[in-house]
Amino acid sequence: MSLDSKIPEGPLAEKWTRYKATIPLVNPANKRHIEVIVVGSGLAGASAAASLAEMGYKVKVFCFQDSPRRAHSIAAQGGINAAKNYSNDGDSVFRLFYDTIKGGDYRSREANVHRLAEVSTAIIDQCVAQGVPFAREYGGLLDNRSFGGVQVSRTFYARGQTGQQLLLGAYSALSRQIGKKQVQMYNRHEMLEVVTIDGKARGIIARDLVSGKLERHFGHAVVLASGGYGNVFFLSTNAMGSNATAAWKAYKKGAFFGNPCFTQIHPTCIPVSGDHQSKLTLMSESLRNDGRIWVPKKQNDPRKGVDIPEDERDYYLERRYPAYGNLVPRDIASRAAKERCDAGYGVGASKMAVYLDFSDAIQRLGKDVIAARYGNLFEMYEKITGENPYERPMRIYPAVHYTMGGLWVDYNLMTTVEGLYATGECNFSDHGANRLGASALMQGLADGYFVLPITIGAFLSKDIRTKAIPTDHPAFAEAEQAVQNQINRLMNVKGTETVDHFHKQLGKVMWEYCGMGRNAEGLKKGQGMVREIREAFWKNVRIPGTADSLNPELEKALRVADYLELGELMIADALNRNESCGGHFREEYQDEGGEALRNDDEYTYVAAWEFKGDNQAPELHKEKLIFENVKLVQRSYK
Amino acid sequence: MATVQGGLFRSSIGRKYFMALSGLFLCLFLVVHLAGNLQLFKDDGGKAFNMYTWFMTHNPLIKFISYANYAIILLHVIDGILLSKHNRKARPVKYYKVDQSKSSTWSSRNMGILGTIILIFLVIHMRSFWFEMHFGNVPVLEYDNDGVQYKDLFTVVDAAFGQLWYVLLYVISMFALAFHLYHGFQSGFQSLGINHPRYNALIKGVGTFAFAILIPALFAAMPLYFFLK
Amino acid sequence: MKINLKVWRQANTQSKGDFKDYTVNEVSEDMSFLEMFDVLNEELVRKGEEPVAFDHDCREGICGMCSMYINGRAHGPEQGTTTCQLHMRHFKDGETVVVEPWRAQAFPVLKDLVVDRSAFDRIIQSGGFISVNTGNAVDANSLPVPKHNAELSFDAAACIGCGACVAACKNASAMLFVSAKVSQLALLPQGQPERYNRVQAMVHQMDLEGFGNCTNTGACEAECPKEISISNIARMNRDFMVAKIAE
Repeated sequence: MSLDSKIPEGPLAEKWTRYKATIPLVNPANKRHIEVIVVGSGLAGASAAASLAEMGYKVKVFCFQDSPRRAHSIAAQGGINAAKNYSNDGDSVFRLFYDTIKGGDYRSREANVHRLAEVSTAIIDQCVAQGVPFAREYGGLLDNRSFGGVQVSRTFYARGQTGQQLLLGAYSALSRQIGKKQVQMYNRHEMLEVVTIDGKARGIIARDLVSGKLERHFGHAVVLASGGYGNVFFLSTNAMGSNATAAWKAYKKGAFFGNPCFTQIHPTCIPVSGDHQSKLTLMSESLRNDGRIWVPKKQNDPRKGVDIPEDERDYYLERRYPAYGNLVPRDIASRAAKERCDAGYGVGASKMAVYLDFSDAIQRLGKDVIAARYGNLFEMYEKITGENPYERPMRIYPAVHYTMGGLWVDYNLMTTVEGLYATGECNFSDHGANRLGASALMQGLADGYFVLPITIGAFLSKDIRTKAIPTDHPAFAEAEQAVQNQINRLMNVKGTETVDHFHKQLGKVMWEYCGMGRNAEGLKKGQGMVREIREAFWKNVRIPGTADSLNPELEKALRVADYLELGELMIADALNRNESCGGHFREEYQDEGGEALRNDDEYTYVAAWEFKGDNQAPELHKEKLIFENVKLVQRSYK
Repeated sequence: MATVQGGLFRSSIGRKYFMALSGLFLCLFLVVHLAGNLQLFKDDGGKAFNMYTWFMTHNPLIKFISYANYAIILLHVIDGILLSKHNRKARPVKYYKVDQSKSSTWSSRNMGILGTIILIFLVIHMRSFWFEMHFGNVPVLEYDNDGVQYKDLFTVVDAAFGQLWYVLLYVISMFALAFHLYHGFQSGFQSLGINHPRYNALIKGVGTFAFAILIPALFAAMPLYFFLK
Repeated sequence: MKINLKVWRQANTQSKGDFKDYTVNEVSEDMSFLEMFDVLNEELVRKGEEPVAFDHDCREGICGMCSMYINGRAHGPEQGTTTCQLHMRHFKDGETVVVEPWRAQAFPVLKDLVVDRSAFDRIIQSGGFISVNTGNAVDANSLPVPKHNAELSFDAAACIGCGACVAACKNASAMLFVSAKVSQLALLPQGQPERYNRVQAMVHQMDLEGFGNCTNTGACEAECPKEISISNIARMNRDFMVAKIAE
């Protein structure tokens, strides 16, 4: 099977406009009879579902939480980018496009990223119209701030809760359609299988998490908006329930998985405090606008941060990257922190942390200004650590935050399974090997509001004569049986260890060998270890209770079973990519200064992996990335 | 969204308005009632007081207002009972452990009990004075030969307030009233949507000092004054 | 440290629940309250018992999923804090902690500490939005909003829909939740066209769901993890009155 990205013809800046004008449409009378399934209710899912319903499609939305409003998009703090140029600092669609391509270390598709930059402005308009209370200036107009990796102020924000406000906007639009009965909402439901009929995605099998019943749902098309797979690492900034199951089941049904090794490690998270830790908490990158990052100049310095005089501090980001200083992109900031800690300059009890210091900013701007800008983040820090960041520097360390990899999709956001779409973090597109701050919200909403509802027409317009397929079709029965078998198998292991036990083991291996720094030897070792953990899991996991009731252990087990397979694919991908780019840092490929060395001659492609069967090596397909509008250079933030 | 119309007083917020409006009206009544009854303190053998009661029972407008007042008290009570019943139904399974001391005032949580004490007091109070005045055997007298037969309610009051149990009942009930008003006055404004950072302190101040302290204290002072006299 | 727990266990909505006592040893003060439950659940699983079911997701205080009634207070003893952000350093060694689900007619218990809060969703569905289809919007800066109003609107919009207001209210009233959404939209120019219809529709749905009535105790505001003000309830009352008088 060859990969066709279906990028439209024409000059870059006109591709989307021209394509939109020629895309086949579905007339309103036919839309009424077409059903679309959306899995996930975060920014991408809720916005897509609401928009599709507004257009007249019948939509079914599934989320595992008790309400669509809880999806993890809600936790995004910093902001959302848009090429509005309200700050009059020379921003433009092209500049946002260029920053995103460069920030992604030239591993994303030009046409997709340009489209993203184009629709970014409409997102802000849409959200404001929905009543999203963005930060404003005294004149009543919208305020902007700057974010890592760029030199313009194009980030719109709502205090430190931008994701929450945008999600509630999308949730309200979705709720409106639920109220109109245009959307049927399924809360506390988890999708466990894709149903394909004649090679097309025609529905899903979902488990009602309260009753434990398996349900069959038909859709002319299925849209996955189920987020990323950062929880493979056990400790991440993802929500506890964030999972890869929907995407993984799609992969096993024929959807290729793109760039699975591209994971983003976010530099400003609260460090791990002990073995009991269940998740990591991120603090917005916006903190780096005013906070300065440093470590002591002396190794293993036992003094408290406040006791270390100015000339004995090493502001290593400012030292290494004078042009961007503390505002270098995430991958670079994270790696620099790891480098210092590994070299013995770390701080705090674990020595796996660096300081983020606001004392200069407080002196310069006053405590009130800092409190107005970051008050809620400081409070959160204090709640978790019991330390007051106004008085002593925060301790931070990088943590897994976002996955740039995901299901491979073409320009229409369709996977390699016809009728199966992937949007938001769930797909691989747009961010290349590293995502810039405030771009995830932009992408999720771009996909959901402005791209998918239009591009899906290309598929559905051919399907207007397809009647709803009854769910007693053999394909549904077969898919349901497969899910039932997996559940039975898990329930019958009756071992002695908890699900989390295996999940933590997996996380440690992934973090150690496939985390911020990777090398061939470690990856191979990690691969073996993941296989061992997987075997042990299937021999010795214990799930109390029954499958026909609310059973959180079973839910976790189903997810971890998938992580144990996905982890191996991530390692395979990392092994394959013999270069360093963005979040993928292969220690063998760096220059003398420790900067990443890309290999554009051999690796300017998307690695799309095809499932070939359990315990069989996946097949690698390459989508060559063609750059016609930007020149590939080494990313420099010096 | 669907248009919803009608049913103001069947809606939860409608009920709140009613509670607030009737309550604040009764607050106003208390002020007038107190002003009139302050004449009990006048050292004139009850002349001013008895003339005042005559006026109150003979002016048609006042008569109308007082019957409206009784009706409002009754409706305030009925609304309160319905509200309590409704609210109890909203939490059929109670908590095992409840600690509301840090989140709300005691008064605000016990308006029903406080109201019940006040209601019991009202029944006794009405029986002692209002019923006596209208249907009882109150001696009459004349002042300044104006030809008017004044009922000597003052003597009835004086006699009643000479009994210890009666004084105690009054004082306890005035405490209940104090706590009821401490929450009720402010609450009335909140229910009517009158909440503004600039005026909240004023409302709270008036509610506390005038309605929760001054008015109940003056009412309670009357029986004490007569008892100790 | 050691913590004694008295936890509500209930198999499903229909069954009768009861308290069970547990002891969790080796609790670190850096643990969150939910991480302590993780430790308890690991132990229970190893013993072959069913772990305690509880709702949680983001564990950073924003998704609104966690919902425990701890020692008589919604989300426990700390002000402005969700259960997931409550840390064990606020408890004493050897302390007995009572943990119950949210209790309200409108929030039936599904299992143990998990309750069904879909009533909140239905209230939003009845009118908690601005009717604007994708693509209908005008340029964002063509609608200036006074900064003060934008801030007030944000204060209301910060609601995470956890239901602590209902849980904390002696009447199980949902007015703080409803008024937060009514206020957020009433304070913005975009929200004006549907303002009075919205408040009526949402209050109507709220009443249908079986929540109690508000008696202005202020407990909701005090226990709200996002410290949403009851001035929003006053605003809702006002708008509702205007709507009823003007209709």
